[in-house]
Amino acid sequence: MVPGLPDSQQPPDHDHDHDHQAVPSDVALRVKALESLLVEQGMVDPAAIDATVDLYENRVGPRNGARVVARAWVDPAYRKRLLNEATGTAAIAELGYSGAQGEYMIVLENTPKVHNLVVCTLCSCYPWPTLGLPPAWYKSAPYRSRAVIDPRGVLEEFGLELANDVEVRVWDSTAEIRYLVLPERPAGTERMSEEELAALVTRDSMVGVAKVKAPQGAGPA
Amino acid sequence: MNGVHDMGGMHGMGPIAHEANEPVFHHEWEGRAWGLQRAMAPWGRGRWGSTRYELERIPPAEYLRMPYYERWFTVLVNRLLRSDLVTPEELASGKADPSRPKPTLPPPPPRPATPGAARLDLPIRAAFKLGQRVRARNIHPEGHTRLPRYTRGRQGTVVRDNGVFALQDTDVNGQSLGGKPQHVYTIRFAARELWGVRASARDAVYVDLWEDYLERG
Repeated sequence: MVPGLPDSQQPPDHDHDHDHQAVPSDVALRVKALESLLVEQGMVDPAAIDATVDLYENRVGPRNGARVVARAWVDPAYRKRLLNEATGTAAIAELGYSGAQGEYMIVLENTPKVHNLVVCTLCSCYPWPTLGLPPAWYKSAPYRSRAVIDPRGVLEEFGLELANDVEVRVWDSTAEIRYLVLPERPAGTERMSEEELAALVTRDSMVGVAKVKAPQGAGPA
Repeated sequence: MNGVHDMGGMHGMGPIAHEANEPVFHHEWEGRAWGLQRAMAPWGRGRWGSTRYELERIPPAEYLRMPYYERWFTVLVNRLLRSDLVTPEELASGKADPSRPKPTLPPPPPRPATPGAARLDLPIRAAFKLGQRVRARNIHPEGHTRLPRYTRGRQGTVVRDNGVFALQDTDVNGQSLGGKPQHVYTIRFAARELWGVRASARDAVYVDLWEDYLERG
């Protein structure tokens, strides 16, 4: 942590204890060696790898899901289609988000009384077209082991304390269905445009480990 | 298989390390490894069996040690070696052995050996209906399965019928059990049914389970 800087401006920290710890120094070399070998053999086109990296680094990611959420917040008819199990996948595709790991989408609505949380205990299944590739914590043993047995403890670790009268629903996405959480629209955002709303929506809120926060000065949180 | 990958409910894995503004790939090799395994898919189509099972078969201590993308890279390397598409010497040097003929992309198999993950439009009768009490069967397949251990023997309620999908389970070699198209249901397990009184009486875990995993509750 750099003292005096807000979280959003902190440089990435690679020293702490997460799923990327203890990387053997040679794995980078082994990947490089295999790529050169397969390229030399004409088995793979390096441009195809560049394209995949570019796709997931720059084009697919949680900004997509945020646009789905913002649309649902401002357009009641869209929200209805999105939350309907029979039409949710098509409603997401309307905005251009479809394909691998997003073929069968179910959208889960968070309310003041029901909180949904998504995990994949067996693997790391995740809705790529709307959220991109999953973050390290989602793929990590601590999250995968604890989300089902201690969801409230996990949420507290993310800074979200739920009242006892809130029902917590954990979705273990072990089959082919992928889940997206529709978080609650924060109070004080009534005058915001769809685009401004989308900017508030975080990846974590669409996995269900956080709520969407109202912007500062937008009234009671 | 009852592997270390089946983590639901385990203790001792430590705190969750949330990283603000996390990059998609933390190191360049992660993106290259991910792109490589995607690009190499045509070489194994219909031959390499279940990728999920390959990941699960990484020995437990290694599985827990490896970063996520190293697991995927390990699976790719294992498959290339097993298919004689590369040799250990070539892997070490990064240079092709000139005495070996260049591998050629084999034609696709006549029909996929592993049924896909797509929903199937087949008129198959559902054995269970919405609201019905069911029990996850107490079975312990040694191949790949999507039935998490923590649900086995536990009672739940059918809350959604997701339609017909091929069973993705495999034998101990990672090969399909033949597809066996069947309904996949979303089952609601009360948290207390799974975890006892430590869990909140309000909470529940929802799991998508193939019909073969279920019996009348």
